[in-house]
Amino acid sequence: MASWKTITRRSFIVLGAAMVGGAAFGAYKVTEVPANPLVPAPGSTPLNPWVIINADGITVIAPRAEMGQGISTTLAALVAEELDVDWSQVRVLHGPPAQAYYNAGFAERMSNEPDYKLSLADNSPNVILAALPKILSLQMTGGSTGAIGGFHQMRLAGAGAREALKAAAAKRLGVLPDTLKTEGGKVIGEKTFTYAELAEEAASLVPEDVALRDPSTWRFVGKSMPRLDMVAKSTGTETFGIDITLPGMKFATVRMNPNRGGAMTSFDPAAALAFPGVDRVIDLDTGIAVVASNTWTAMQAAQLVDIQWGAADYPADTAAMMSRIEAAFATEPNSRLRDDGDVEAELAKGDVIEAEYRIPFLAHASMEPLNATAWVKPDGAVEVWCGNQAPILTRDAIAGALQIDAGKVTLHTPVMGGGFGGRTDPVPAVLAARVAAAMPDTPVKLTYSREEDMTQDFYRPAAIARMSGRLQDGKVTALWGRAAAPSAAQNALARLVGFAPPGPDRGTVEGGFDQPYGLPNYRYDGHLADLTVPLGFWRSVGNSMNAFFLESFIDELAHAAGADPLAFRLELMKDTHAPSATLLETVRDMSGWDSLKRPGFGRGVAFCYSFGTPVAQVLEVQDTPAGIKLTRAWIACDPGLAMDPGIVEAQMTGAMIYGLSAAVQGAITFADQQVVEQNFPDYDALRMHTTPAFEVRILQNNGTFGHIGGAGEPGTPPAAPALANALYDLAGTRARSLPLNQQFSFAL
Amino acid sequence: MSFTLSINGAPHQVDLPGDVPLLWVLRDGLGMTGTKFGCGVAACGACTVLIDGQAVRSCQVPLSDATGAITTIEGLGQPEALAPLQQAWVKHQVAQCGYCQSGQIMQAAALLAEIPDPTDQDIDDSMQGNLCRCGTYPRIRAAIHEAAQMMKAG
Repeated sequence: MASWKTITRRSFIVLGAAMVGGAAFGAYKVTEVPANPLVPAPGSTPLNPWVIINADGITVIAPRAEMGQGISTTLAALVAEELDVDWSQVRVLHGPPAQAYYNAGFAERMSNEPDYKLSLADNSPNVILAALPKILSLQMTGGSTGAIGGFHQMRLAGAGAREALKAAAAKRLGVLPDTLKTEGGKVIGEKTFTYAELAEEAASLVPEDVALRDPSTWRFVGKSMPRLDMVAKSTGTETFGIDITLPGMKFATVRMNPNRGGAMTSFDPAAALAFPGVDRVIDLDTGIAVVASNTWTAMQAAQLVDIQWGAADYPADTAAMMSRIEAAFATEPNSRLRDDGDVEAELAKGDVIEAEYRIPFLAHASMEPLNATAWVKPDGAVEVWCGNQAPILTRDAIAGALQIDAGKVTLHTPVMGGGFGGRTDPVPAVLAARVAAAMPDTPVKLTYSREEDMTQDFYRPAAIARMSGRLQDGKVTALWGRAAAPSAAQNALARLVGFAPPGPDRGTVEGGFDQPYGLPNYRYDGHLADLTVPLGFWRSVGNSMNAFFLESFIDELAHAAGADPLAFRLELMKDTHAPSATLLETVRDMSGWDSLKRPGFGRGVAFCYSFGTPVAQVLEVQDTPAGIKLTRAWIACDPGLAMDPGIVEAQMTGAMIYGLSAAVQGAITFADQQVVEQNFPDYDALRMHTTPAFEVRILQNNGTFGHIGGAGEPGTPPAAPALANALYDLAGTRARSLPLNQQFSFAL
Repeated sequence: MSFTLSINGAPHQVDLPGDVPLLWVLRDGLGMTGTKFGCGVAACGACTVLIDGQAVRSCQVPLSDATGAITTIEGLGQPEALAPLQQAWVKHQVAQCGYCQSGQIMQAAALLAEIPDPTDQDIDDSMQGNLCRCGTYPRIRAAIHEAAQMMKAG
């Protein structure tokens, strides 16, 4: 299998060379490029932490993990752009856990300012804020930050390598580097050298002056590049974590306490051990693992273990949980990140329009069930393969669980069969390592059953919102949104890093407080519910909740005002953020919004500015004898610089389908403290015959040049309200709770 | 117990109990990991293979019943010699995470074998058992139409 380890020997020894790129950020100590974790194997030369050169071409070490979003291709294109290689010479791999691969893009997610206001400001990064992810070792993939974080880092890596290669050739020829040019993986002067010929020498050179290519000369960036993983993924030859195969490997599965967080009182493995092909039943304190000759046998036998479970410390069922969330409205708000004008005074004038919305817990349900493979070697070192979004955190969790030094843990991050935020927790890697520790010098692949994957997930919170608004002369004079939910960030970070961050919880209100609506009186509060259901980050995080609340309520206000819902939004936005307003006009024109409505059809519009990218969507639904069909969807988005339009289009479409899937039928519910939904028949998604036709338009007006919005998540938040608003248009019935199949009959 | 399977035109000997599903025989017994585990209950199509040309969910076929000619994604084409469907998949840049695509392509292969020039309705009918959480359906549809044209042109 391809891995950085097969072309480099792993070490954390600091190389003297390859400190490329530090100068470009200025003289700040914290922004110097950290140690290169790659040490050369025979025949390959790492020029810096991101570029390895060998006879076949270049291998880009991507600091972000690939879970389908295409980031590895985009990051490689940024390097290749500066390094003057042909696309056919480019490979890409995920790197080892190392501080060098910190995510600079997270700095943009640490502000409590609305994103659209940041895009109006100038583009220069705040150096100290930008350094935070590095100090915190945030080698994390998430928050739609991959392209933003990589934009400077990866181009500098390519340019630094290029200049080092030129310097090496210049030394050999006795000329100045500036007299040489680079093309097709060669340095060309009086003589021509391949990069491979120069690489070893170049690795010891530190170029002083690294200039980046002028954007007008870009060949790869801004173009739809053939994805580097496409052939492998079309031929079954891609190696996902679940495909790791090692000599003498055993196969395991787990069965953990479905009363999440509860203890295991006792277990009797006798029946499982009697099942042919079973090797071991291993005590994991809050559950068991079964090790067998194949995965299916392990999964069958795991059901035969007789287990007594302890209780969880959350309410018994969904209704009791929603009551707990409702109770949060009586508490002081945790945040009030928006408070323009005087909402209370305006609402006190009377004729207030109010609505309450409710949304359920959601699972990630990636196609590849959670899994990890671990091998504890005779010397106590452990090697783990696990698709994950946070390698340093995962490595340290493995070391902590086995009580060994982190330096004895080698962690590989294979590509993921979907993530959507669901591969941030290190649990599968830790459990696999613990099972392997009980099976010395035997590699063990641990695979969750789909049922275990679904019931042991870390969920998108359930939430309730209470919205109040006032209209006068057809205009909104006040809007007060109050969202109540358990905090995903506090819940997840307490589990992941041991403390819950204090202060305003942006995740409870994002998508609600931060939208470019020019309302004279606009307040948005977050109330945190005291509820310990295991929570995590679900594609677009809080935006998926608040976009439904806000965009449904704006629609209600528009109808109450007798206004066209699209024109109503446009009026509120046009003086606040021009690129966003342009998107509304774009979907209006794409969808033929202003032409006469067809009988039997309904149309809904919704908007959300998230992760640096505003997105407007129109969805059309049709009433058919078989039920309601989702017929056509139009998306207009503006990420600023679209680094790969083909990938952005794929992400916008996929993210809307992900959001529509949840809106139509997604709900995780609890009974007797256990998750009810077990497998796809209980937690299904849109399929070929239920997916609408799509048209996507990508505009590039947002921010000053170099503004790069996210692509992976911003397509999700408007999906649910666009559908709910279309259903209102079709049926005249307002949907105020999800999923919508509880209220409407879809053709499924 | 010992069974001999015909996979991609070659015989394969396996020593596993007859009730182990073909999916796990392929993946764990023979190391042919192109066929994917998604749900174990025939609800997602990730494990789709062909037996005697028919698309089947390999998670539901016991080893003892896998007596026909089995074709897996590895047998359809290779990176250096792509089948027309795979060429169309690459041309339309279908895959995102890619995990479901082996099953999608095998299901599409069965469709095109039966209906060489499928309509959108034919594609809906044939492909609706194959789940994709990334939402690649629009590009899958386009790639199937493209492959149909390529195969017709010969």
